[in-house]
Amino acid sequence: MDWYPLWNSLRIAALTSVLVFFVGIFLAYYIAKLPKTVKGILDVVLTMPLVLPPTVCGWFLLLIFGLTHPVGIFLQQYGVQFVMTWYGGVLTSGLVAFPLMYRTARSAFESFDETLAWSGKTLGLSDTFIFWRIRMPYCRQGIVAGIVLSFARALGEYGATSMLIGYIPKQTATISTTVYQLWRTNDEGSAFVWVMVNLAISAIVLLIVNMLEKSNREKRAVQ
Amino acid sequence: MTLSVDIHKRLGEFQLDAQFTLDRGVLGILGASGCGKSKTLQCITGIETPDTGRIVLNGRVLFDSRQKINVPVQDRKVGYLFQNYALFPNMTVQENIGCGVRAQHDAKERQEIIRTIITQMQLLGLENLKPRQLSGGQQQRVALARIMVNEPEILLLDEPFSALDAYLRDILMTDFHAFLASFKKDVILVTHSRDEAYQLSSSLAIMQQGHFAACGDTHQIFEDPGTKEGAKLTGCKNIVAAQRLAAHTVLVPVWGVSFNTAQVVGENLCAIGIRGHSFLPSCRENAHAVKIVEKIEQPFEWVVKFHFPKQVVTSEAIWWRLPKAGGPLVLPEQLGVLAKDILLLYS
Repeated sequence: MDWYPLWNSLRIAALTSVLVFFVGIFLAYYIAKLPKTVKGILDVVLTMPLVLPPTVCGWFLLLIFGLTHPVGIFLQQYGVQFVMTWYGGVLTSGLVAFPLMYRTARSAFESFDETLAWSGKTLGLSDTFIFWRIRMPYCRQGIVAGIVLSFARALGEYGATSMLIGYIPKQTATISTTVYQLWRTNDEGSAFVWVMVNLAISAIVLLIVNMLEKSNREKRAVQ
Repeated sequence: MTLSVDIHKRLGEFQLDAQFTLDRGVLGILGASGCGKSKTLQCITGIETPDTGRIVLNGRVLFDSRQKINVPVQDRKVGYLFQNYALFPNMTVQENIGCGVRAQHDAKERQEIIRTIITQMQLLGLENLKPRQLSGGQQQRVALARIMVNEPEILLLDEPFSALDAYLRDILMTDFHAFLASFKKDVILVTHSRDEAYQLSSSLAIMQQGHFAACGDTHQIFEDPGTKEGAKLTGCKNIVAAQRLAAHTVLVPVWGVSFNTAQVVGENLCAIGIRGHSFLPSCRENAHAVKIVEKIEQPFEWVVKFHFPKQVVTSEAIWWRLPKAGGPLVLPEQLGVLAKDILLLYS
């Protein structure tokens, strides 16, 4: 049995989580400070991938990074090609998972008690210190939940991924594209194994989310 | 001159005009909630930015709208005790205090500074606890310790006792007196409680709808608050519209009586105030017959509500407070007030 799809899926999901973590909290932090109308518009735009069919997201990505389109042509000069490569999968699952991270991070930031930041400032603490040592720990649970959800979403991504990176065994194959491919080629047995693998990973992720929520509730109850 | 503040800020319908100087000691700012006292402190720390004006602390200009100076919060050296103490919940007591230690100290000095303040503020044994494991009083001490090690030039206290229950408040207030004496820096205390203001501050300002109505020595302000708002905030229960009759006589039309006053009555008198304790049954001065309306028993005193015979029936009853003497309450036929206890109030 070829385990490449498992490794590839985990690699894409892990990199996606890191990517959406930084982009998500960065945008969530700055957008929370913007005036209401701008915030409303950006919210709609940034949450869009959550409600759009993944194939539509894939279509947009092809429109930008397709090998016959300007950005795709430009990047190719530097040897970067998102179409039909495994790291193209980071782009597709990143786009689809981003709203999950962004929204959980934003609601976590909105629950932050701003007087803590102000008291830090009156003590002469830098904004960077306040962000990483006070704000982030305070919002830790929400942010960790966002990362786990993004990881799970990235792992299950199929629609956009199959459009942008397709299915090339030992190159772009992920668990979800492999399941489809095996089903299509009537290899029920192998498809079943991958379905089981997928179920196992999903169960673990959901368990983690539940544990986080539980400890969050207990912490609130103490306070 | 330590701190001079002259700031103006518009907040929707609300206009804040704060103008005062603090030379030495503890300035209390007494005001009802929403009068702008916390906003004033926030402007001094830099959390809020005034529209126009100037703030100078020990010769350093912190804010000047004309010269476009607005020193960042971090560089102002203004200690601010938040109402809820704003301790960092993810850090222990020791780490919280460590956050306040200035960066110029090396690791060894830091440890020394933290250890000293922990002993001084009676926090020994609590070093490794998180804020949520502490009582309200302990939280307050940690917050103060964190500010002290930060070496601020002035300390601003925003309703320091409002988060505590009444029992703890009374105990902590006496401790606080000692703390302020040892602190030897200038302090602004914002409160809506006359007890806190009276006990802790050497000078007092009355704040009313965004501006300073009266300012002066604390005892003096309590003896002669000067305005209706001031009288109310210093705890005067009986405030009533009054007219000048002569240099030392005022008429209260609603009560149907007149009083002799110690102070000369100004032409623009609008009201008088008489504290509940100022009525005395045995006093011959300003004595008038009274009709008792209601008596309310409190733990250590009686509150007796009465009318004067010619008082407008629909008007509010007058409060007389007297300590419980042990025996039964003997209700008098008449009550007097010393001329010096008639507070003259102007608009």
